[in-house]
Amino acid sequence: MAKASKPKAAPAIDMTPMVDLGFLLVTFFMLAANFRSDEVVQVDTPFSISEMTIPENVVMITVDQGGRVYFGISGKAEAKENLLKRMSAKYQIPFSPQQIEKFGALTDFGCSIQEMPAFLDMSSDQRKEFIATGKTMAIPTDSTNNQLKDWISYGNAEMLAVGEKAYYEAKDKGYDPNINEFKPKFILKVDGKAEYLYAKKVIETFRDLNINNLNFVTGLRADPRKPQ
Amino acid sequence: MAQIVDAGGGDGKGKKKAKKGTPTMDMTPMVDLAFLLLTFFVMTSTFSKPKVMSLVYPAKPDPKAEKTEQKINNAVTFLLSNDKIFYYQDQFYPEGNSAGKPATQLEETDFSPQGVRKLLTNLNRFVLEKKAGYDKQLKGKEIADSTYLRLVREAKGDNAALKVLIKTDDKATCNNFIDLVDELKIADIGVIAPVDISADELKLVKAKTDK
Repeated sequence: MAKASKPKAAPAIDMTPMVDLGFLLVTFFMLAANFRSDEVVQVDTPFSISEMTIPENVVMITVDQGGRVYFGISGKAEAKENLLKRMSAKYQIPFSPQQIEKFGALTDFGCSIQEMPAFLDMSSDQRKEFIATGKTMAIPTDSTNNQLKDWISYGNAEMLAVGEKAYYEAKDKGYDPNINEFKPKFILKVDGKAEYLYAKKVIETFRDLNINNLNFVTGLRADPRKPQ
Repeated sequence: MAQIVDAGGGDGKGKKKAKKGTPTMDMTPMVDLAFLLLTFFVMTSTFSKPKVMSLVYPAKPDPKAEKTEQKINNAVTFLLSNDKIFYYQDQFYPEGNSAGKPATQLEETDFSPQGVRKLLTNLNRFVLEKKAGYDKQLKGKEIADSTYLRLVREAKGDNAALKVLIKTDDKATCNNFIDLVDELKIADIGVIAPVDISADELKLVKAKTDK
């Protein structure tokens, strides 16, 4: 008599190598990642052959396609909070301690100082929407109301203080630091399609402050002089 | 090795004794988790830090200082408009100038390697040839790295080296500007000066672009 055939079992797959691979990749990405910062606006930068990477200590001005201007500084929340306090004193606009704390966590922003309290009360998504829908003209750069100039000048002062501290700390530890590496660098992130006219306004503001060495953020392009 | 347990079936008459062997575990949730994390990290990370191109602008002249008319020698001026690029060499002479020189005419070129790059390579031959010589010496270990850098810098700053002025009109985009500066860096131009466009030059550019 023929035996009744056994019910077929579900096909078994050994998952171990897959798990191994999965976690290997997770580990790799965790270690290799530097997180994309939460910027309020995305721009398509032009391309150049320059291979210089962006420095650590920066004041970054972004110009979007419509010519609106955004400001951001790198570094600790403390420097940013001090910067806002200075601006608050200059423009006579009061900020609550919560708002100042929120400003410390900001990567960049694009609104006038008058709009700033409301801007800080928004969530990250609301801020992006606020900018994308054109409810703000971003930071004023007119000659009569050049708030950008104050942001840059105070931002520079705060960043210099941070850099100075880091320099003396390095010196105390017995290193031989180069003072220039601790000075803030000025970065211009322009949208390639924006008219140069708008970038020029920002550049003129820098030059008015006697800051002449500027850096443009660019995508990398192959150098035609080098053999491939 | 982990295996999916075959829990079902078996003939009823089988022995109750559990099979000895490696303990088995269902790995599927773990795989799910691993790939979820993986997706998260892939989406949120950026690998290369952005690159920057440095450009030194000329310092603003002191308004109190006396204006001195500077004679421009061995220079080329690029005028940028919407994706178009014009140039003229040396000094600008407007129509009917006092020096009695013929009025400056604009030449047009483009951003292709045959256009502006070829032009710059020709005009800046002095520096490029010198640099090629130093490159050879550096390769042959005749000069040190620091000497090489100094010599190249000297060649770029030499009187015979080409100087470039960049002027833009209202329609020029940042792409145009950065592309041109990039070409200048490829051609080893030492002096790059972005300056304001004059009314006469603007008129010439307008006449060219309106055509």
